[in-house]
Amino acid sequence: MSQPIALSRTHKVPGRFVVNGEVHEIVFASHKTLLEVLREDLGLRGTKHGCELGECGACAVLVESVPVLSCLALAQAHQDQEITTIEGMAEGPALHPLQASFVEVGAAQCGYCTPGVLLTAQALLEEDSAPTREDIKEALAGNLCRCTGYIKIYEAIELAAARMRGEHAAPSKESLYGSQ
Amino acid sequence: MLRLPPVTASFPRTVEEALAQKVEHGLGAAFVAGGTDLYPNMKRRVQTPAHVIDIRRIPELHRLEPLPDGTLVIGACVTLTELIRSESVRQGWPVIAEAASVISTPLLQNMGTVGGNLLLDTRCNYYDQGYEWRKAINFCMKKDGDICWVAPSSPRCWAVQSSDLVPVMIALDASIQFEGPGGARTVRARELYLNDGIDYLAKQPDELLISVEVPRLGGARADYQKLRRRGSFDFPVLGVAVWVRTNGGDMVSDARIVIGAVGSAPVVSDEAAACLVGQELSDETIAEAARIAARPAKPLDNTDFTIGWRKDMVPVYVRRALESLRQD
Repeated sequence: MSQPIALSRTHKVPGRFVVNGEVHEIVFASHKTLLEVLREDLGLRGTKHGCELGECGACAVLVESVPVLSCLALAQAHQDQEITTIEGMAEGPALHPLQASFVEVGAAQCGYCTPGVLLTAQALLEEDSAPTREDIKEALAGNLCRCTGYIKIYEAIELAAARMRGEHAAPSKESLYGSQ
Repeated sequence: MLRLPPVTASFPRTVEEALAQKVEHGLGAAFVAGGTDLYPNMKRRVQTPAHVIDIRRIPELHRLEPLPDGTLVIGACVTLTELIRSESVRQGWPVIAEAASVISTPLLQNMGTVGGNLLLDTRCNYYDQGYEWRKAINFCMKKDGDICWVAPSSPRCWAVQSSDLVPVMIALDASIQFEGPGGARTVRARELYLNDGIDYLAKQPDELLISVEVPRLGGARADYQKLRRRGSFDFPVLGVAVWVRTNGGDMVSDARIVIGAVGSAPVVSDEAAACLVGQELSDETIAEAARIAARPAKPLDNTDFTIGWRKDMVPVYVRRALESLRQD
């Protein structure tokens, strides 16, 4: 799409990134977005390249607990800030309740939007433990999913929210087996 | 993959430092805050600064507070999310929070800033495209070419004013503070925008937007109505901001009607606003104002939807906005 970049002109800068609680001190190209540094310099490929123009939400990560688009963030601007990617969502082998409910309900199909959706949903549940369906729709209005039709994503977030509030919640039969 | 061109960055901590860096790098430098307008433009090679000056570490630009006289001060780097969630904005200027909440998406609202939205680049189907796409049509006059594909015989560029906050700030008679090497200056919002897709701002490149000052609504009421294809993401295809003051009862004593996204500059319809003055907001008065306001709106074929329908929607949206201001 774009003009080739003359690599010889690439200016490199040293930087310190705090991603999922780990400190990384690296030297990287000054024009790189946070998305490119995460994937290419830190090897964290869970964050996806989507439209790269802010129109899809596939690259969403949390910066100081706020979901932002890593494709439109200059990496240099986010040094020393606390960054959370999808790789930092599970606690060791234990999935985050959102991840578990997405698996259980089948809220991920091709999975490309899932990292961005999960992190955006995590930020929502940290602010509001009992969001309405409308609140969830609004919070996810910047995350496109071309597979699921969103219904299972909403159900999975509601299920995880209920469990995080300590309720004994289970997915509906309709959600798992269809309406017949 | 769509990468940024090679670029260096600096992160000044004071306005003076930011202005000095701009002088040092000259026209090859761009101020940036949220980056949600500039970085996509850089990826498409329609804006190509060699250096960006990220102004978000300047504390002064994050002010968001009412002054003792009731004026609201919004710093350039206040994010749209901060604006939407601000209790003083929601209480005193609900129309600002409403307009900000229909800009793009929550993810972009977390990044995008008030200053960036007010200075948003004009948009066009022939301009907001990747480099190869633009090259395939031999470019357009706004970047790299010499023709306007919207109106090929036209000597000017017809890219569209596409900010949601701009019509609202004009309707509220906000003023905008700039600082530059020559000192500080204040511009009324309605005087900042020029009717040219390329030269769309009455602002020097080395001037930095510091803040917006919005007079208190007092007893006046205001509304913003936005037309777009989807309920999120999309820029306005039409945005109507109205502001009305009544003299105690239902009689209108002063009014402003501003229409966005129908030209390179917002259209301020003083004539339509004047026809409301001395009247109540009856169906007939509103219909007349809507008819007059729609007259100068001349959408061109460079955004979403068909031109004829967009033109037809102008009086409809003016009517809806004015109807929402009736006292219950």
